[in-house]
Amino acid sequence: MSQDLHTLTLTQLAAGLGNGDYSSVQLTEALLARIASLDKTLNAFVTVTADAALAAARRADESRAAGKGGVLNGLPVVHKDIFCTRGVLTTCGSRMLENFVAPYDATIVERLNAAGAVVLGKTNMDEFAMGSSNETSYFGPVRNPWDLERSPGGSSGGSAAAVAARFAPAATGTDTGGSIRQPAALTGTVGLKPTYGRVSRYGMIAFASSLDQAGVITRSTEDAALLLGVMAGLDERDSTSIDHPVPDYVDALSGPIDGLRVGVVRQHFDAGLDEKCAAAVREALAVLEARGAVLTEVDLPNLDLSVPTYYVVAPAECSSNLSRFDGIRFGHRADNPEDLLDLYCRSRGEGFGAEVKRRIMTGTYVLSAGYYDAYYLKAQQVRQLIADDFKKAFAEVDVIAGPTSPTPAFKLGDKTDDPITMYLNDIYTIGANLAGLPALSTPCGFVEGLPVGLHLVGPHFGEAALLRCSHHYEQETDWHTACPESYR
Amino acid sequence: MSLDKDQVQHIAMLARLRLADDEFAETVDKLSRIVDFVDQLSQAATDDVVPMAHPLNASQRLRADRVTETDRRDDIQENAPSVEGGLYLVPKVIE
Repeated sequence: MSQDLHTLTLTQLAAGLGNGDYSSVQLTEALLARIASLDKTLNAFVTVTADAALAAARRADESRAAGKGGVLNGLPVVHKDIFCTRGVLTTCGSRMLENFVAPYDATIVERLNAAGAVVLGKTNMDEFAMGSSNETSYFGPVRNPWDLERSPGGSSGGSAAAVAARFAPAATGTDTGGSIRQPAALTGTVGLKPTYGRVSRYGMIAFASSLDQAGVITRSTEDAALLLGVMAGLDERDSTSIDHPVPDYVDALSGPIDGLRVGVVRQHFDAGLDEKCAAAVREALAVLEARGAVLTEVDLPNLDLSVPTYYVVAPAECSSNLSRFDGIRFGHRADNPEDLLDLYCRSRGEGFGAEVKRRIMTGTYVLSAGYYDAYYLKAQQVRQLIADDFKKAFAEVDVIAGPTSPTPAFKLGDKTDDPITMYLNDIYTIGANLAGLPALSTPCGFVEGLPVGLHLVGPHFGEAALLRCSHHYEQETDWHTACPESYR
Repeated sequence: MSLDKDQVQHIAMLARLRLADDEFAETVDKLSRIVDFVDQLSQAATDDVVPMAHPLNASQRLRADRVTETDRRDDIQENAPSVEGGLYLVPKVIE
């Protein structure tokens, strides 16, 4: 029995635990054993918290025996190493925070704990979430369980690989330009980025504060809905968290999609999209149509400008957020500094990797005297145009559907020479961040043995419709249940 | 190259980043490529467009000005590279 527990989804495990088919301790032991034997090749984890996980599992079993426990009681999850976890190493994939032990829990960590979740560990990621391949991590790249020569995507690459390899049924992630959805697409998992402000950012190490949003990676939309219900809602400790009612997302899954207006973006199928990926996405659209959705063509005329806009706004915000790393209060400090300036410059020069330094410098440049109007202000204007495009589209449709990523998983090392090639990988996902919209990716097929994602975007706080649409799609297809051969 | 070595040196100083010599040449090249790439924004017609301030047009929420944090100095300074008597130590600033 217990050797198969890794194949089950969060929802299935909740039922099994509820029926007493197995205990949380048995489940936790099974997954920890799997991680210990299989993660050496994948490198999905920075830290495995085996002892704390077993202790939490015991507590969950005890509270269940007493007839108590939250909706996630005894269910295993893993956290992207960008979330502060009290008393546990929190590295953000960086040498800068190689020894940083968070003195508090992020709000979402606290909420999942309160619901009874068992945290198995912290997952690997691009350094400070800056990357689309997990190759910028100080702790080495994560490998894609579908092909070990390939990247799982990024920046939540460890979370996606851990879920795809059945190390855990669910993982948290963060998404600033596609960092949940692109790795979900590249690993055949479901990735949800909620509306900006839907989920608290407190305790989530900041990259670009007007774009960052926490979300989840799971193996079904149902599981994503379950987790979102626990994570979402106002948090006094995050001043950008929004006071908006949290619906029952699981309940909302069962509604019909008859007459749901699904927008298909003309510009999405232009040059740049792999033909076979395009075919998989078109097939997925036909499935939705057969299920009662109404397909309508819509325009996002400024789509091409979303990547350059992002690469002004995100680095600008990153350069100011990362100024807190000064080598004095926490984080890496250079040896034998000559003076204070030398301490700052060398601590930061040594503590940050190449991509993070490039982003800080790009941001510093676009905010510097004489360039602010030409770059930062201009980008915020174009960002408004992009948001207006979405607004116009959502006057006509309920959901926008298209590809998540222009190609399936690429080989490690393939895109590291040219930053622009890597940046363009996020062309379909960045718009949702710029406009603060909720979006998800669900598996919709394979190209040469590699998973492809279907991307759905909704209007602000439209998570329920997105999840319902994706859930219906999963009822008609079984792409989301596919498992890489070596991890069955 | 849209950026020259002096400009990159200046940006690195503003950002308080010391770059190793071998890193420097690569940074000039890649940073120039990034700046060239984002330069395409200059062609966008944005007359009369109000720059975005917040993706949901929300305003900053305020809270009552009262003490909500407890004193956890020792806890927090566990992560500091160098402290003494509750103070952070830095190289001598004033001779």
